[in-house]
Amino acid sequence: MANTIELDIRRQDTPYSPPYWQRFSIPHRRGHNIVSALMVIREHPFTQEGKRVDPVAWEFNCMEEVCGACSMMINGRPRQACSTLVDSLEQPIRLEPLSKFPVVRDLMVDRSKIFNDLKRVRAWIEIDGAWDIHQGAPRISPVAWKENYLYSRCMSCGCCLEACPEYATEKDFVGPAALAAVRLMNSHPTGRYHRRQRLHAIMGDDGLSNCGNAQNCVRVCPKQIPLTTAIGELGRQTSLQLLRDLFGESE
Amino acid sequence: MKPQRKVIVVGGGLGGLWSALRVAEAGFQVEIFSLFEVKRSHSVCAQGGINASIDTKGERDSVWQHIVDTLKGGAYLANQPPVKTMCEQAPGIIRTFERMGVTFSRTAEGLLDLRLFGGVKNRRTLFAGASTGQQLLYGVDQEIRRQEALGRVRKFEWWEFLSLVKDGQGICKGIVAMNLRTMDVKHFRADAVILASGGMGHVFGHRSTNSTNSTGAAACRAYQQGARFANCEFFQFHPTAMLGDDKTRLMSEAARGEGGRIWVPKDPAERRKPTRIPEQERYYFLEEWYPSYGNTVPRDLASRAIWKVVHEMGLGVGGEHKVYLDITHLNPGFIEQRLHAILDIYRKFHGTDPVHEPMEIYPSAHYAMGGLWVDFEKDENSGGLKAGSPRNHASSIPGLYACGECDYGYHGANRLGANSLLSASFSGRVAGEAVASYLEGLEAGLEAVPEHLYTDEVSRQQRLNQDLLRGGAENPYTLHHELGEIMSSQVGVVRDNATLKQAIDSLQGLAQRCRAVDLESNNSWSNQGLVYARQLQEMVRLGLVIASSALARDECRGAHYKPAFELTPPTDAYPGDPAYEVYREKWKQQNQQWLKTTITEHSTAGPRISFEQVDLSVLPPEEPRDYR
Repeated sequence: MANTIELDIRRQDTPYSPPYWQRFSIPHRRGHNIVSALMVIREHPFTQEGKRVDPVAWEFNCMEEVCGACSMMINGRPRQACSTLVDSLEQPIRLEPLSKFPVVRDLMVDRSKIFNDLKRVRAWIEIDGAWDIHQGAPRISPVAWKENYLYSRCMSCGCCLEACPEYATEKDFVGPAALAAVRLMNSHPTGRYHRRQRLHAIMGDDGLSNCGNAQNCVRVCPKQIPLTTAIGELGRQTSLQLLRDLFGESE
Repeated sequence: MKPQRKVIVVGGGLGGLWSALRVAEAGFQVEIFSLFEVKRSHSVCAQGGINASIDTKGERDSVWQHIVDTLKGGAYLANQPPVKTMCEQAPGIIRTFERMGVTFSRTAEGLLDLRLFGGVKNRRTLFAGASTGQQLLYGVDQEIRRQEALGRVRKFEWWEFLSLVKDGQGICKGIVAMNLRTMDVKHFRADAVILASGGMGHVFGHRSTNSTNSTGAAACRAYQQGARFANCEFFQFHPTAMLGDDKTRLMSEAARGEGGRIWVPKDPAERRKPTRIPEQERYYFLEEWYPSYGNTVPRDLASRAIWKVVHEMGLGVGGEHKVYLDITHLNPGFIEQRLHAILDIYRKFHGTDPVHEPMEIYPSAHYAMGGLWVDFEKDENSGGLKAGSPRNHASSIPGLYACGECDYGYHGANRLGANSLLSASFSGRVAGEAVASYLEGLEAGLEAVPEHLYTDEVSRQQRLNQDLLRGGAENPYTLHHELGEIMSSQVGVVRDNATLKQAIDSLQGLAQRCRAVDLESNNSWSNQGLVYARQLQEMVRLGLVIASSALARDECRGAHYKPAFELTPPTDAYPGDPAYEVYREKWKQQNQQWLKTTITEHSTAGPRISFEQVDLSVLPPEEPRDYR
């Protein structure tokens, strides 16, 4: 095994400046992941040629693949940097920021669009208030739970959006993550009461029909969320909703 | 018409979002400040579950038993009225989460499922797969998003809290914060501020299970402006954390519960692969020292035993600070099914398979029982918290509230597993309701606070930035490693006064060096080094608070272990036996002297320590904790 780790990192000083590449070389250590390797560079910010540079900026927090902060392009694939082990990668390792979001600096991007889209599709359950009403929500079967749980683990990391050919900074397609949230909210026993509004939110322009069925999303999701299954189910839900809109609600 | 009141919440984890929700529901404007998108807060890391006595397993579990377990588990150090109300209202919190859409795991009947957790006898822990904290946070996050859409909540994500702004009477009236992209330092007016900034695990360097942003910096900044800390010497070390250069990752107790064994090679010079070391050359020290509990001794005992075998006996694997957690002898199909979440994390982050190779683990800083001191008002009728009192969760600075892990409220000297998600949610809710009451009683509006108080504080913070940017020779990241080393080895699992004094000296030296760090940079945009250097200064100060509090407490209680002052029950004697009753009397005498809240106040000379009575009105301390 090589005794160094070589990384090519795409740098960008500000949102308004041009990107450039730098190569770094750090001593190999078993068990390094991309974040721990970047931590070594941050402590010793010298390029391979020995030039002192600004430490690379990137986002990270939980380091256990549950917070979604450290998404970046690693050898051309959107991944969580914390759970990507260096020894599993071909070198030099190429690190780039996600391309579907505005760069803030180096590997940091602004993913606020993800959260705005969750607002757009009304991804919440309407409750009267966060106080005890002395009863919970209606029962949920273990089978339904198992399906819902898959979707509830979405950590808004943005990998699916990066991989989606229809999702882009300049376009308004809500993307697979928000669609899966609609699927989840619509299946909650009281969330169902407002599924019409959620379905309408994804039935217009830039909604469900923009999905080109490339199926890239489901392949890159670090949590193996069945995004395309959700999109399929929503196709059926929106078709039924269309009929209800034409002939009136029966419920 | 009353003026529109505004509240600032610092931190967007479970505690912060719950408090924000309750303030918004009371009709006030809320601004949430967070270092990152709130959905990425450390609450997501809690895996195991959340406690609430709903007694659906035919075990006659009761709220009272939950109260007793929490108070005894905490070695009676928690004020009892808040704990009582928390346990009583836990089922209601769960029902509310369920309505928010949290995907709690279900029984065949579609009911909420329960599991058994450490330190208790009945099944009382609700869970959502293996990601309970994540699911709970997302439930509240969705409700906050709805409040945002309704215009009642505004988020300031990628902002770092730097300091409080107080009016002429010392009442908190806003904050100064720094934009983490532009690095602009600005002030924000508010009628009240809630600090929900989470834990401080990274004071122990990378030997912590906490998220990397859990530095405790925000709480420490409030401390320097007059907020008191309480019980900071109590820090829970989780015995089985997977090692890492970046941070440690929790390997749940379930690994031992399902039959995992902890061992080290008997020969310190052993260098063979663990699977090649014959059975008779392995030292299963927990099984030898605790024959009845074996590998499933409580967290604190396991941590101390591992410490002893590594530090006192020099038997750490390969001469390093680590021991084996071995499940290779168990049926692979069985452990795959029962321990899937752990196997997954270990394989993913270590790259080896625990089914075939023993895991390497070591105790790691996990949870701060101590934190910002907060008040409460007792309801004389119920003996619990007085609902809606503006005193609940009020810090020692008027107008400043604290909730979640950054407060000290509910866990006494040690926290039960699955009580942290409960205390974060409950304290957030109570704090939000307390702030709503506080605002109802406020007379003057914010316009009465002179502008210069805000602009002066902004200038002071800008000067602090400039001083740091002037530069020096020290590497802030290396200093953080040194801090972690001091804290883990000298203020960690096992403590003694001589070492603690050394640690305090070293920390004072470190505090000086932290002022002259090398932040050479050509770029003032998103300067992570500057942010880190400022947090580092706070972490060193917190280290001093923890070490000073630990030095002041000459006893063993909960997670604070000073063997020189240990009081052990007589072997083979039980309640009723004369020898045991002598021990019980000694234990009570010890409580006379030490069953008190440690208070730490900031002064230029260093942390000033004093003690305060604990409210023991619910369960008087008669029974020592006994795990035999």
